Amino acid sequence: MNELPTKSYLNDPKGLKSWLLTLDHKRIGLLYLFSIMAAFALGGIFAMLIRLELLSPGKDFMEADTYNQLFTLHGAIMIFLFIIPSIPAILGNFALPLMIGAKDVAFPRLNLASWYIYILGSAFAVYSMVAGAADTGWTFYTPYSTETTTSVISMTLGAFILGFSSIFTGLNFIVTIHKLRSPGMSWFKMPLFVWGLYATAIIQVLATPVLGITLLLLIIERVAGIGIFDPAMGGDPVLYQHFFWFYSHPAVYIMILPGMGIISELISVFSNKKIFGYKAIAFSSLGIAFVSFLVWGHHMFVSGQSELAAMIFSFLTFFVGIPSGIKVFNWVTTMYRGSISLKTPMLYALSFLFLFTIGGLTGIFLGALSVDVHLHDTYFIVAHFHYVMMGGTVMAFLGGVHYWWPKIWGRMYSELWARISVALIFVGFNVTFFSQFILGSQGMPRRYYNYLDQYQPLHAFSTYGSWILGLGFVIMAVYLVHSLFKGRVAGSNPWGALTFEWTTASPPPHENFATIPETTHGPYDFDKIVPKRTLTED
Amino acid sequence: MDTTGTIFLPPGQSTISGEVDALFNFILFASILLFLLVVILSGYFVFRYRRRTVPGTTYGKDHNVKLEIAWTVIPTILIIIVFIWGFRTFLKMRVVPKDAIEIKVTGQKWFWSFDYPEGVNTVNELVVPVDKPVKLLMSSKDVIHSFFVPNFRIKMDVLPNRYSITWFEATSAGEYNLFCTEFCGTGHSEMIGRVKVVSEKEYGEWLEATAIPAEGISPVEYGARLYQSKACITCHSVDGSLNTGPTFYKKFGEQEMMADGSSVKVDENYLRESILNPNARVVAGYAPVMPTYQGILKDREIDALIAFIKSLKEDTTANDE
Ligand code: HEC
Ligand SMILES: [Cu+2]
Ligand SMILES: [Cu+2]
Repeated sequence: MNELPTKSYLNDPKGLKSWLLTLDHKRIGLLYLFSIMAAFALGGIFAMLIRLELLSPGKDFMEADTYNQLFTLHGAIMIFLFIIPSIPAILGNFALPLMIGAKDVAFPRLNLASWYIYILGSAFAVYSMVAGAADTGWTFYTPYSTETTTSVISMTLGAFILGFSSIFTGLNFIVTIHKLRSPGMSWFKMPLFVWGLYATAIIQVLATPVLGITLLLLIIERVAGIGIFDPAMGGDPVLYQHFFWFYSHPAVYIMILPGMGIISELISVFSNKKIFGYKAIAFSSLGIAFVSFLVWGHHMFVSGQSELAAMIFSFLTFFVGIPSGIKVFNWVTTMYRGSISLKTPMLYALSFLFLFTIGGLTGIFLGALSVDVHLHDTYFIVAHFHYVMMGGTVMAFLGGVHYWWPKIWGRMYSELWARISVALIFVGFNVTFFSQFILGSQGMPRRYYNYLDQYQPLHAFSTYGSWILGLGFVIMAVYLVHSLFKGRVAGSNPWGALTFEWTTASPPPHENFATIPETTHGPYDFDKIVPKRTLTED
Repeated sequence: MDTTGTIFLPPGQSTISGEVDALFNFILFASILLFLLVVILSGYFVFRYRRRTVPGTTYGKDHNVKLEIAWTVIPTILIIIVFIWGFRTFLKMRVVPKDAIEIKVTGQKWFWSFDYPEGVNTVNELVVPVDKPVKLLMSSKDVIHSFFVPNFRIKMDVLPNRYSITWFEATSAGEYNLFCTEFCGTGHSEMIGRVKVVSEKEYGEWLEATAIPAEGISPVEYGARLYQSKACITCHSVDGSLNTGPTFYKKFGEQEMMADGSSVKVDENYLRESILNPNARVVAGYAPVMPTYQGILKDREIDALIAFIKSLKEDTTANDE
């Protein structure tokens, strides 16, 4: 029977102070884990309340203004506090140096600073909730956001500050990946999760400043009354939309690219199979990162932008879809002639394949100009981005959490309960959101507190789905916490993976590796090497 | 023009809805095929190659040029088809037929109002004749709203300080929902109107019955009065004669030279800008002496003046906007 190592990054050194001032990337990853999970829980509770209010038309238990604040908070928290930092800041921080055989990230102090900045930004966001939460939607469109009396400033300031945290993490990762790879690890021997983080970091560094500027301009307009976006003061509201989406479209890829990286790891490891099309997957990440800067106008097809602009944006939008499609085909092909194990992380990877494919394909509807005119700002959009963000990024994130969990803590969670939970989440998700595709194409506009009777059955259906989904997450919280104390000891390599993080102890020592590992084989060479497993199959 | 509707789409009742729906259904069909391809293949692999014993080494081929070309080229062809198809219908949505009836739409927290050329004004109820193109000239009095009629498959944002234009031609009589789809505050979800499509004959009768002679004068007549009462007449002629400012005669739709050498097409947005911010673009050959009417003229009055200026062109030349 395995034993946990007596000394690991978790217990050496001890004490609260050693955690709050830690420069260890693994501990910083955990600080992020706890804070980001708190944000996720909050955003999730708001989501449940929104769905509950929408159970029937008219007022169920809250006023229109409260509802408007809730969907704004749900969106802002989930985007800025949860999903953007989730994979890079938690799993990236924990796994990136381990995966490239490094002792830490390039700038450990900057890494800790980025966590404190995250906390500061979140504090502003939380403050804005108590001080009359913003009711603008997470997009803060002008001139509504300049006119509303709610606390737009503290919320935007929060998002502005959070942007710096994101930039710092991105910067740190870029330098780490360039400089700290272990001897022999050429670019094409890097695990694909590292490629995903690299492409993401480029977008984080290049696009986030634009969001910062935009939000700052908005704040200046509100505080100093200088007309930038508000037509009443001589500004241009559509300019705001251009600025906003110039960041927020690439941000979609900040959310999905690292998720795609995780999926590449999971599918290869749990199929015990060399990844198909390594270079295609790596380059398509970079391709997506590049083209994603040039498609923002697809959020504005009915805003009055010129036909020429609409045409160009529609065209480019389709082209950002191709690399994603290529990845999906590569993942499916990877499973061919593998040895496929249906452990929980793989179930998440398969859910991702299913849901992300739907999310991606429904994007084709929205890229087509004439069809988008009908679907824009309806529930179809809501369903589409939940399939991409939750069906894509969150499924990948959860897959990653379950995959690296034994490495992080040295212990396994209950496989049975984990499977029950993933089943509930999968079913609940589809019940909640597939119905919204139909609602939307039938004309139901988004951000509606009240709705016409004809939409009621599907709204009710969607709300029932949210209960199943919620139950799945509650179960997950329980078995994950339980595993910390009672979980079976995992050993260094429970899944039989070939990347570096599985060569060191679980949980790893403070300095990651006793000796810096050398790259002798590719990350997915399952055709040549039989990994040593520390857990037997059951 | 298909009026039945599907599980996904509500019945389509405008001249372009048929085209939109055809593309929607094409994408739906192609998506289902691709989706099934992914799901069935993954499902088959998972079943066929599921792990039974502790695995040894596995099959190592990690590329296949033919396969990779196929899954790049086929989707590319598909999306090019979809792109062109979508763009062509989109252009039709944007080009207003010449003989369209023009109705002014005003969005405001949280209702819609409609001004007809005959001087009729309605709130939250847009009455239009069937089989006739209707042009909507839209603006907002406060924040951004968006005009959406699901059955017609049209949607257009309604902005403050700027006109946006959309049009439709209803193909069957009936009543349809009109939603605001850009979040605009507390009453956003109450900003619901109705579009009533009636026969041409009923439309004429309705207009007559609704127009109240005393206050219900047409925007053109209203504009003509304002032209005198707001003193435009002191600087602008309506018969082509020269004055301090350029004449309004045959102005609308023309190309105009500016003092800085650029040229501008005289359309609604330009006229509005000229009235509210006259020195933004000064007409070549004139001094920048026109006062700004910002804060003096209400939106409706500006609309009326624009309608009036437009009418000065209609008597002589065909409407060709
Ligand atoms: C004191 C004289 C004066 C008055 C009063 C005046 N304008 Fe003008 N207007 C001008 C001059 C001079 C120009 C040309 C220079 C410029 O573009 O500013 C002009 C230009 C315009 C233009 C642009 C015409 C073009 O050919 O491009 C419009 C439209 C216009 N005025 C509308 C109005 C309206 C409507 C009113 C009444 C509400 C009005 N003006 C009152 C002097 C005046
Ligand atoms: Cu986008
Ligand atoms: Cu609205």
